[in-house]
Amino acid sequence: MKNKSLISIHDLSKEEIYEILDLAEKFEQKPKQRILRDYIVATLFFEPSTRTRLSFESAANQLGARIIGFSDASNSSVQKGESLKDTIMTVSLYSDIIVMRHPIEGSARLASEVSDVPIINAGDGANQHPTQCLLDLYSIRKTQGTLDNLNIALVGDLKYGRTVHSLVEAMCKFNATFHLVSPDILKLPSSVKQHIKDAHLKYEQYTDLEDVTDKVDILYMTRIQRERFSEPMEYERVKNAYILHNNMLDNSKPNLRVLHPMPRVNEINEDVDCNPKAYYFQQALNGVYVRQALLSNMLGVEPENK
Amino acid sequence: MNKITQKELKVSAIENGTVIDHIPSDKVFQVIRILGLDKMLNQITFGMNLESKKLGKKGIIKVSNTYFEKDEIRKISIAAPHATLIIIKNFEVIEKKKIDLPDEFEGIVKCFNPKCITNHQKVMQHFKVMDKENLVLQCHYCEKFTKKENIEFL
Repeated sequence: MKNKSLISIHDLSKEEIYEILDLAEKFEQKPKQRILRDYIVATLFFEPSTRTRLSFESAANQLGARIIGFSDASNSSVQKGESLKDTIMTVSLYSDIIVMRHPIEGSARLASEVSDVPIINAGDGANQHPTQCLLDLYSIRKTQGTLDNLNIALVGDLKYGRTVHSLVEAMCKFNATFHLVSPDILKLPSSVKQHIKDAHLKYEQYTDLEDVTDKVDILYMTRIQRERFSEPMEYERVKNAYILHNNMLDNSKPNLRVLHPMPRVNEINEDVDCNPKAYYFQQALNGVYVRQALLSNMLGVEPENK
Repeated sequence: MNKITQKELKVSAIENGTVIDHIPSDKVFQVIRILGLDKMLNQITFGMNLESKKLGKKGIIKVSNTYFEKDEIRKISIAAPHATLIIIKNFEVIEKKKIDLPDEFEGIVKCFNPKCITNHQKVMQHFKVMDKENLVLQCHYCEKFTKKENIEFL
C-alpha cells in the first residue's frame, strides 16, 4: 500500500486486509520501535475526536515520528475561509503522511486527489472510518482465531452507525452470519443489507437483545446517538432499548467477546467490565497497533521484528 | 429519400441540425432545459406524446443548425437514456446514433447528499453509474447513491 491513501474500507482487498492485520500483530509484539523517527505525521482534525486522534498520535509517537497538526479547526486557517484543497496541498508539503477527520462526507477522497503524500481517512462525516473497521477486524480475528464463518450480532443504532455499515460490508468478505438487533426505526438500511444478499449470506433481524446473546461469537454493541434524532421524543423512546448486563452473558458461548467502538453511554453496564468476555478496552488498544501498521505500511517502512 | 421524411411527419423536417428522437414524453422539457434550448435563438421544434413502437409514447426535439458536443450528449444520456441522436445535413441523415450512459462521468448533476463535499466546496461532481436501467448514480466522493427520482441537473 506504499504511497496509496486509505479512504474507504472498500478500497482494500481481502489480501490487503490480512496484510495490515498481520503487520499489526508485529506491533502488538513490539509496540515501541523508532522506525519512523525520520518522518512527520500530520494529524488534521477538522472536527473533535478523542480516541481516534490520541490513538493515532500514540501510534506515531511509539514509532518515533514527529507530529504536527491541529485538533480543532477553529485554530486553523479554515476559519479564515481556506478551502480544504488549499489546506491539504499546503500540509502535504510539510509532512510525509496526513491523518484527517472532517465533518463533510467525501472530504478525504478529495484530499487524496490533491495531496502528494498518502492520506488516512480518520472519519469523513457519516461516510467512512476505515481504521475503526480494521481495528474491529483485528479484534475479531484476535479473539476468535479467524475471521471466517463467524456469527456476529450488531446491536443498537444500525441505521446511522457508520462503523456498523463498514463492519457488515467487510465481514461479507468472510462468510459471516449476521444477527441484527435494533429498534424498528433504527434498522440496518436496505443498501447495506444488499451487500449481505449479494454475498449470499444469512442475516436475521431482532428487536430483543436476549434473543441473540447465547448464539453468537461476537456481540458488537453501539451507542444510540442522540444527535441523529430530530425528534427528542423518538430518542427518549429508544435510548435505553438495549442495555447489556453481566448476567445476560451467563449462558453465552465461551468464545463470545463483547465489542464496542466506544464511547459508550449506558448500553454496556459497568458490571460487564470485569467479565473476561468484555473486550472493548483491549479493542481500543488494538487501534494503536492497527494504526502503527498503517503508518509504517503506507510510508514503506518495515517493522524491526518482521 | 430517407425513412424519416417518407413517413408522415408530425414535427416538420429540418435542413441542417440535430434531431433528438425517442425521448420519454415527460422528459422533453427537461432535455430542453438542461441543453439551454429555451434560451437558444435557432429554430427549434418539438413534439410530445407522439406514437412510438418502442416507447408507446415518445417525444422528439429538432434543433436547426446545431450539433451537440460530447458534454451535451452526456447530459441527454442522463435525462433520456434511450434517446437517439440524428445528425441532419441538407435534409439527409448523416449519422444516427443511440446514446448510451457512460460508466462514469463528471459534473452535470448534483449529488443528492446535502453533506457531500461537492455541495460544500468547489469540487467537480463525479459519479459512477451503478444501474443503467434504473439510473442509480454513486458519488465518487461521499459514496452515497443518487437515484433517478432525485436527480437534479446543475
